[in-house]
Amino acid sequence: MRAVCWEGKEKIKVETVPDPVILNPRDAIIKVTTSAICGSDLHLYDGFIPTMQKGDVLGHEFMGEVVEVGKENTRLKIGDRVVVPFTIACGRCYFCKEQLWSLCDNSNPNAWMAEKLYGYSASGLFGYSHMYGGYPGGQAEYARVPFADIGPLKVPDALTDEQVLFLSDIFPTGYMAADNCQIKPGDTVAVWGCGPVGQFAIKSAYLLGAEHVIAIDRFAERLDLAASQGGAQTLNYEQVDVLEALREMTGGQGPDACIDAVGLEAHGTTLDAWYDRAKTSMFLATDRSHALRQAISACRKGGTVSIPGVYGGWLDKFPLGAAFAKGLTLKMGQTHMHKYMPILLERIERGEIDPSFIITHRIDLEDAPGMYRTFRDKDDSCIKVVMKPGARGRSSERTTSTDH
Amino acid sequence: MSTEVLPGRSSSLGDAENWLALGTGVLLLLVGASRRRSLIGACLAASSAPLLYRGVTGRWPQVIDGHLQPDSTRSALSGARGIHVRESIRLELPIGDVYRFWRRLENLPRFMTHLDRVTESGDGRSHWVTSGAAGLAVEWDAEIINEVENKVLAWRSLPGSEVVSAGSVNFEPARGGRSTQLSVHLQYAPPAGKAGALMASLFGREPSQTVREDLRNFKQLLEAGEIPRATVTA
Repeated sequence: MRAVCWEGKEKIKVETVPDPVILNPRDAIIKVTTSAICGSDLHLYDGFIPTMQKGDVLGHEFMGEVVEVGKENTRLKIGDRVVVPFTIACGRCYFCKEQLWSLCDNSNPNAWMAEKLYGYSASGLFGYSHMYGGYPGGQAEYARVPFADIGPLKVPDALTDEQVLFLSDIFPTGYMAADNCQIKPGDTVAVWGCGPVGQFAIKSAYLLGAEHVIAIDRFAERLDLAASQGGAQTLNYEQVDVLEALREMTGGQGPDACIDAVGLEAHGTTLDAWYDRAKTSMFLATDRSHALRQAISACRKGGTVSIPGVYGGWLDKFPLGAAFAKGLTLKMGQTHMHKYMPILLERIERGEIDPSFIITHRIDLEDAPGMYRTFRDKDDSCIKVVMKPGARGRSSERTTSTDH
Repeated sequence: MSTEVLPGRSSSLGDAENWLALGTGVLLLLVGASRRRSLIGACLAASSAPLLYRGVTGRWPQVIDGHLQPDSTRSALSGARGIHVRESIRLELPIGDVYRFWRRLENLPRFMTHLDRVTESGDGRSHWVTSGAAGLAVEWDAEIINEVENKVLAWRSLPGSEVVSAGSVNFEPARGGRSTQLSVHLQYAPPAGKAGALMASLFGREPSQTVREDLRNFKQLLEAGEIPRATVTA
C-alpha cells in the first residue's frame, strides 16, 4: 500500500510499504477513506519529537471502513464506517476505567522509553514516534487499529467524512481544552493559537457557556476564521500588546481561563520568544514556551490555564512563581478521546457544529510531502489539510493475504 | 488459607522455638484475619505464614530467612552474594484471578519473554526451560517452598540445578480491594559458567528492567487480554 513516511527532519515521502495485518485478537484493519495532517505532525516534521525512525508511517487523524477484524473483536463488523481516535486505549486498566483514556497503561509496547523520559508512560499513539509505541499511522491506504473493539466510533451514513473526521483528534482536543477550563456562565476565555485546535477550543468554549472568547494569533486568515466562524474577539500579537489588551478587555481582572493551543514551537515578538528561539536552535533547550508564559501571566487570579498544545521536554524560564502567586490551576495532557467522541458526535448530529469549516486544502495522499511544508509555513492561507488515498484514481490494491 | 508443608530436615533448634513461632504465627494470623479488608490486616496475616511454617516444620522458609540449604541455594544466594531484584505491579482485577493465573506455573512463559516452558509435576516441583537455540537453552528444576493462596508463592531451584535461583511473589489487595498489587522478589546467583552467562544475558545490566517488562506483559495479558504490539516483528 501507499503511505506517508517520515524520513528525517523536513523529509517526508510517500512510499510503498507492506499492508498492515491483524497482530492481536482485538485488532481491526481499516481501509482509510479520509485522513488529515495535524498541527502536531508538524512537530515531527520539524524534528522536535524524539524516537522517530526513518520509514515511520505518519498520521493519527483518520477514518475509514473496517475490512478485517481480529477474533476477539465482536463489536466491529466488516463494512462498518468508523472514525479512529488518535490515542490507543485498552478500556480495562485503571486509567481507562477512570476515563483517563489517553493515559492507558496497556497500549504502549515501548512504555519503557517513555518511562525513562517521563517516569510513567501514557497511552500509545498512531504515527507519533516510538516512545509512544511506534504504531504505523493513518496517512496511508490501510491502518491497523489495536483495541478496535473499544476505540473506533461508528458514524452514521448521513454525515460526510469531512463532518466527522475531526472527531479523531482536533475537535475533542479543542473541546477538552475548553472543558478543562471549568467554564461558568459569564466567563471570558482567551485562546492562544488559532490553528485547528484553537478554532475548536473557541467553538467549544461557547458551547460550554463562555460569555466572551478572545483569540490570539498573528495570521489574518486564522484570526478572520476565529471571528467569522467562532465568534471570537481577536488580537493580533504582532500589532498589540496582548497582556495589556487582555487586561483592558476584562476590566483589569484578566481572563477567567487561558488556553495554550500553540505548544512547543511558539512564536512571539517579545524578548523571551527570541531567547527561546536562540536556545532551541542551538539545542540548548527543547521547547519554546512563549505562548504558555504569556497565558500564565495573563490569567486572572484563581483561574485555569488549559494546555492542549503539545510539549515534549524541559521548559526554560517557566513562570511557576506567577502561577503559584495567583493560585492558578494548570490542566493539560493528551485528549481523553474515548470519553469525548460519542458526546461530540451527538453535537454534530444535532447540528450544533459542523467541524468541516476549518478545511482549507483537499489533496491526494500522494501530494502529502509538499503539503507538510505548505501547512508548516502557513503558505496559501493553509489551516487544515485533508487527504484521500487514491483520490487521483491510482490506489493500489491490497496485496497481502488476510489469513495468518 | 492453606500452607503447603514440605518434608523438612531435622532442626537443630529446640521445640520451644517451634512453639514460640507457631504461637506468634497463629496470633498474627488471627489479628490479621480480624482486620478484614485492611492492608495492615493482610500484611499481618501474610507475615504469619513463615512463622506458621517454622512452627510446623521446624525450619524457616528458605527464601524468607535468606538461609538456604547449604548444598545449593544457600551458599550462592545468601548475604550480599546473590543478586536481588524487587519489582511490583498493580492490576485492575480481583486477587483470586491474579493469583490463579500465576500459580499455574505453565502460564509463566506467556509473559516472561526468556522462558520457553515450565512443566509442573504436581508435587510442588516444576521443570523450567529457557528460550534459546538447542544447546543454549538452560533447564532446571524448582520446588515451591511457600504457598498461601491469594497471598504468597515462593520457590527455589533444587540442589544440583544449573541455575541457582529463588523467588517469591506476594499478592495484596489495593485500592480497597478493587485492585491487586503483586510484588516479586527474585534472587539468583551471580554469573558463573554457561548458566551464569545465560542469566547475565537474560537479565542484562539492568535485571530489574527485565523483570519490570515481564510484569508489564503479565498485567497487559490479564487486563487487556493481549500484549500490545506495533509491528509484525516486535
